Amino acid sequence: MGSGVGCLWAGVATRLDAFFPLGRSLPIGRVVTQPAAAQSLPLPADWRDFFALTKPRVMSLVIFTGLCGLIAAPGHIDPVLGFTAILCIALGAGGAAALNQWWEADLDAGMRRTKERPLPAGRMERTSARDFGLGLSAASVLIMGLANGVLPAAILLVSIIYYAVVYTIWLKPRTPQNIVIGGGAGAFPPLIGWVAATGHVTLMPVVLFAIIFMWTPPHFWALALFVQSDYAKVGIPMLPVVAGEAATRRQILIYAILLLPLSVVPWWIGGTGAIYGVAAAVLSAVFLALSARVGLRRRSGPEDTMRPEKQLFAWSIIYLFALFGALVADHWLA
Amino acid sequence: MTNLPDPESPDTMEQRKKVIRQRNLATALVLAFFVILFFAITIAKMKH
Repeated sequence: MGSGVGCLWAGVATRLDAFFPLGRSLPIGRVVTQPAAAQSLPLPADWRDFFALTKPRVMSLVIFTGLCGLIAAPGHIDPVLGFTAILCIALGAGGAAALNQWWEADLDAGMRRTKERPLPAGRMERTSARDFGLGLSAASVLIMGLANGVLPAAILLVSIIYYAVVYTIWLKPRTPQNIVIGGGAGAFPPLIGWVAATGHVTLMPVVLFAIIFMWTPPHFWALALFVQSDYAKVGIPMLPVVAGEAATRRQILIYAILLLPLSVVPWWIGGTGAIYGVAAAVLSAVFLALSARVGLRRRSGPEDTMRPEKQLFAWSIIYLFALFGALVADHWLA
Repeated sequence: MTNLPDPESPDTMEQRKKVIRQRNLATALVLAFFVILFFAITIAKMKH
């Protein structure tokens, strides 16, 4: 059985190599090659490099929102099954992140922010990252299916495919709206957590999905504004690169305006109490104020430090933690 | 390229062994964790 699975996997891996060879031709028209240092690695990749492939900082937000969705859901879930659900969300996110880094290794090598990742730095074979990502993704879906049911496992599978294929491979190199549509990938965790706890999809987890979906564009575009030269260098059509800064700033403001009423919808539909409602209104108002500052200003010159953009990016992270923290606090205290 | 360590040097071989040992230990810990997790899931599912 073991050798059968091994042979099967060897066959699958061979086919994957045929489809995605190391020196593949990218849709954006460049032929890329493995970094020189990774052609023949003097050392095997360290376990820390595999951990880094999972994008632990991004994963912390994924775990937190997934956990909040699970806790805020009505009813009771066995602690072991709840823990397993969160673990599977984390494993799925880690697997998708590894596949993202496998696909974008050559792009990461060209950007200051990402060039020290294990693949562009030449500390790991590209196929190791691919196999690790596929293994984590498959394990997360299978374990969630066994422990929590078919529906949350199916949504987890969709979220992994959405991030690794729809966003990373298809949208990101092709359209400046990549973040808008791709934002759905990061919006799945609270939905999966909720469905793992209740077994079905209702309006409330869909609203939580919509909040993160609406939050993602201003969050990413704030970052893109101050690292746009990196994106331009590697040919990724982020909005500031393609449509310009003015259009990006306008879009940030539009999404922040839409996010304000959307964030209080859970209170409005009776899914939460006043604690969440007031917290969401205040947090979103601050988000809108910072977005307005970014949306209405123009870069003063090349020496501009982009402080408002960096503050908006930092606040956007605090915002999501605080908003979902308020959701859980409301659930416990109300 | 000249900055790459010699893959056959004793230092590199020793470092390689250390990395492989750490990876094996990490793999063993992960497998042990999943054995315990599957046992716990089984018990939890039997209760419901």
